[in-house]
Formats: sequence, structure tokens, C-alpha cells
Amino acid sequence: MKLLLVLIAAVVLTVVLGQTAWQILAQPTPVDLRELVAEAMPDSGVAHPITAVLLNFRSYDTLLEIGVLVVAGMAGLSMRAVAPLEAPAMRTSDTLLQALLRWFVPFLLVLSAYLLWAGSDRSGGAFQAGAVLGATGVLLRLGGVPLDFLRPGLMLRLGLVLGFAVFLLVAVMGAIRGDMFLAYPQEWAGLLIVVIEAALTLSIAMVLVGLFAVAPAQATERDWPSREGKR
Amino acid sequence: MMTELLLDLLLVVSLLLTALCALLAQDLFRAVVMFMAFGLLMALAWVRLQAPDIALAEAALGAGLTGVLLLDAVSHFRQSDSGAGSGESS
Repeated sequence: MKLLLVLIAAVVLTVVLGQTAWQILAQPTPVDLRELVAEAMPDSGVAHPITAVLLNFRSYDTLLEIGVLVVAGMAGLSMRAVAPLEAPAMRTSDTLLQALLRWFVPFLLVLSAYLLWAGSDRSGGAFQAGAVLGATGVLLRLGGVPLDFLRPGLMLRLGLVLGFAVFLLVAVMGAIRGDMFLAYPQEWAGLLIVVIEAALTLSIAMVLVGLFAVAPAQATERDWPSREGKR
Repeated sequence: MMTELLLDLLLVVSLLLTALCALLAQDLFRAVVMFMAFGLLMALAWVRLQAPDIALAEAALGAGLTGVLLLDAVSHFRQSDSGAGSGESS
């Protein structure tokens, strides 16, 4: 009986979804966005259309996006006070992890920098680079390497808001110069985008590592003394 | 042409399979592993849809970091479960 209900629900859902998809596909696109972007590319300051859209034509969305990330990071970090972030006993516990760390961390750092740089003329960009940098931080954290900058303090706060602050500063500078909010001066656009992306990368990585570091710290902390006691 | 179609079909089928496995798995750890496999396959699908930027983000964020966070959450659950049963006495 239950199975029958699930089956009927699945069929109905498939039909509705299919019809919606069909209707969306049947509609002609009112504006050829590809064409529009290609026309405006010379003004954007970068050579990759997706980066141009994300950080120049629709930079308002990206600004709000990083704002949401920063707020999420702060909310996560303020949920609990974080005490020691690294378990010293973990540092020597796993030789394989240590060896991996030694190979992976430099590689990941270079990869992240490359992704950031590649964003200007091919696939890549701040979010991807930030994610890789964040993953590096998570790896370091798992290896028990002390990450002092993650302690609640000036460094953490600065790192969290750096991307948003730089972005907002550039946006407001445009408005002060008498241009529109978020309008970059044409000849500086490329440089400004790279600067913003670099700051965004740092902040995104910081938010991700921060969120990772806060949640499990409690568990390991509570867990460690008891495990030590058992030995 | 034919091989591409077959590859795409294989991708779709394996995506659906991993998604189902991730949803229906009884063991949380298995569900998370399936979710990560789903993320990686999804990245491949984005590449096939000629969206390499999204593929990069999906592989790094969707499969990598989310997977790590979920794995962490699972171990957290296990610890609190065993902690409620036996850990209290120690």
C-alpha cells in the first residue's frame, strides 16, 4: 500500500516536472545573453565571460553572495566559543596523513593560486580557488596542525570580512567618483577584479575552514580526555 | 556520436543510482560516501554540459568540502551515541 502511494506520487511528480521542463524549453529566449556578453566583453577588463559576468556585469549578486557567506561564517563561529583548535596528540598519530599533508598542502596552495589567476581568462575564479584553499585548511586541521589564526580574535575577524570589505570599498569608490555604485573605472577594471578576487578567495577559505573548525572541536575536545584516560 | 550518447546515458543512470543510494542508505556513513560519489559524477555532468566553472565548484564544494563536513557530522553522531551508552561511566 505504502509502496503504491510512493509509486503514484513519483509518477505524478515526474509528469508535472516533465511538463514544466517542456514549457520552459518551448519558450524562446527573449534576449540572446551570449551575444550580449560577447558584445560587452572588451569593457569588462577580463577575458573570461563567466568571470566578467560574476565580477563585473552582475557584481551586485556576487557582493551579496559573499555577504551571505560572511554572515553564515560569523553565525557559525559565534554559536560556540572555541577553545583549543588543535589536538596535539593528533599531530603524530597518523604517519600516512602526515606524509600526505607534506605532499598535498604545497600542491593545493599552488593549485588555489592558479585557479585564482586562471579566472581572468579561463575557467576558475575566486569561489573555486577559495574552496581549494578552504580544503587545504580542512586538511591541515585534520592533521592537527595548529591554525592559530582561526582563534577568535582580530585575525579571524579581519580574514572573514576582508573579501566583503574590499568589494564594498571598490563599489563605494565608484559611487564617490560620481559613477554608479559598483561601476569600475574602465582602465582599472582588470586590476580591481583581480584584487577583489584575491580578497574573496581568502575570505571564502576562511569562512569554510572556520565553519569546519567550530563544529567538531567540541566533540574531539570532549572525546580526547576520556580516550587518554582509557590508555 | 554514439559513444557520447552512451557515455551521457551511463552518466545519467549512475547519477540517479548514486542519488537513490545516498537517499535510501540505512548507514549514514554509506550515504555520505554515496553523496560524495554523486558530487563527483555531477561535476562530470557539468563538464559534459560545457560548464567547467560550475564543474570545478561542484567538485571542490559539493563533493569535497560538503562531504568532509557531513563525514564530520556522522562521526559526531556516532560519538554522541556511544557516549550516551558507555562513555558516561568513564
